[in-house]
Amino acid sequence: MTGRQGPDGPPKTLLITCGALAREVVELIRLNGWTHMTVTCLPAIWHNTPDKIPVAVRQKIRTAKRDYDRILVLYGDCGSGGLLDRVLEQEGVERIDGPHCYAFYTGVQDFAELADADPTCFYLTDYLVRHFDRLIIEGLGIDRHPELLESYFGNYTTVVYLAQSEDEALRRQAETAAAKLGLAYRYRFTGYGDLGRFMQAAS
Amino acid sequence: MSDMDDLDLRSLDDDELNKQMQDDLYDGLKEEIVEGVNIFLERGWTPYRILTEVLVEGMRIVGIDFRDGILFVPEVLLAANAMKGGMVILRPLLAETGAEQVGKVVIGTVKGDIHDIGKNLVGMMMEGAGFEVFDLGINNPVENYLEALEQHQPEILGMSALLTTTMPYMKVVIDTLKEKGIRDDYIVLVGGAPLNEAFAEAVGADAYCRDAAVAVETAKDFVARRHNLRGKKAKAQ
Repeated sequence: MTGRQGPDGPPKTLLITCGALAREVVELIRLNGWTHMTVTCLPAIWHNTPDKIPVAVRQKIRTAKRDYDRILVLYGDCGSGGLLDRVLEQEGVERIDGPHCYAFYTGVQDFAELADADPTCFYLTDYLVRHFDRLIIEGLGIDRHPELLESYFGNYTTVVYLAQSEDEALRRQAETAAAKLGLAYRYRFTGYGDLGRFMQAAS
Repeated sequence: MSDMDDLDLRSLDDDELNKQMQDDLYDGLKEEIVEGVNIFLERGWTPYRILTEVLVEGMRIVGIDFRDGILFVPEVLLAANAMKGGMVILRPLLAETGAEQVGKVVIGTVKGDIHDIGKNLVGMMMEGAGFEVFDLGINNPVENYLEALEQHQPEILGMSALLTTTMPYMKVVIDTLKEKGIRDDYIVLVGGAPLNEAFAEAVGADAYCRDAAVAVETAKDFVARRHNLRGKKAKAQ
């Protein structure tokens, strides 16, 4: 998706985005007509190797600086242990607040309270529901070694589906996902949460 | 190896059996590990020798290949489960034979965090390296750590966290130790996917351990240094 900038229009903006948010970010741009915004993504699978994220984000920033008036990063800390924030500070680039997408979809404070109240919940978003079998069941090797399920999920009690869209098919898929993990199921509609608000503020 | 299912482990000499078991450990073959441990015991190997020369050495190779991106979490878990199978046999025998203890470790995942895969692996490797391990499990408030430190008097306190949101709790624990004036009584090691050396330094830990093998080496190194230091102090008095 390529953004345009009118002569007196809003600043030409690049959104460096986790692949797990791409669909939602593109949808927000389309719904709101933010044609000055361009999206570039990094692989969502890098959450399994979060040390790759800060390095790649820095590269994206440096490549894009000449061509954009403004760059924003749509990532949480995402397990980088503060390294992403250090890179962004050095590069003078802002990111959406929050440790991960569960938090900024739910609202950072609300999510913190949710997690504090019950740390035994495993969270899904629309993206994770869509790709559950590939990322969780196959990605963690549970399809090949069902005996690993206990090692991965033995301490969890509940799958909580934090839904961005009101989609019956996804709700059914999320319930099926919970059943595959042998966990209870809860549904909570979040919409785009702080992601929508952050992009609105940047528009 | 998985393509040698019909191999009779008893037909192998000690060296071959050791190599075969390390391959089996790498492939996560729990039954074969249990069988191999029993064969070595029948041949008169001490439990400690089986543990260190076969199982720990095998897991060390698994750890290296995990670090190098050759193996991934599922394979490491399978290998760990296979080692656990061997440990179930060896643990009581080690206690009976009075195998030398390198030191004591209290280890646990911090409050708000229920992830224990890495912590369990560290605990098992520490045990394999001769430490007596007291595992507090998951979701530990500071009181649990304090109680366990008081009860077991370990050299080492190990804390684990997987979440960016829970790792700051390590500072709560360390600050509490400082307030009580007992911080320097313990070697504090921290680990977990989002951690790094800078974080460990910032919260006042002694070291960050990026994986189980590093945790074991770091623990042994710190304990040896502490013993040396105490030895020198005793001589000076």
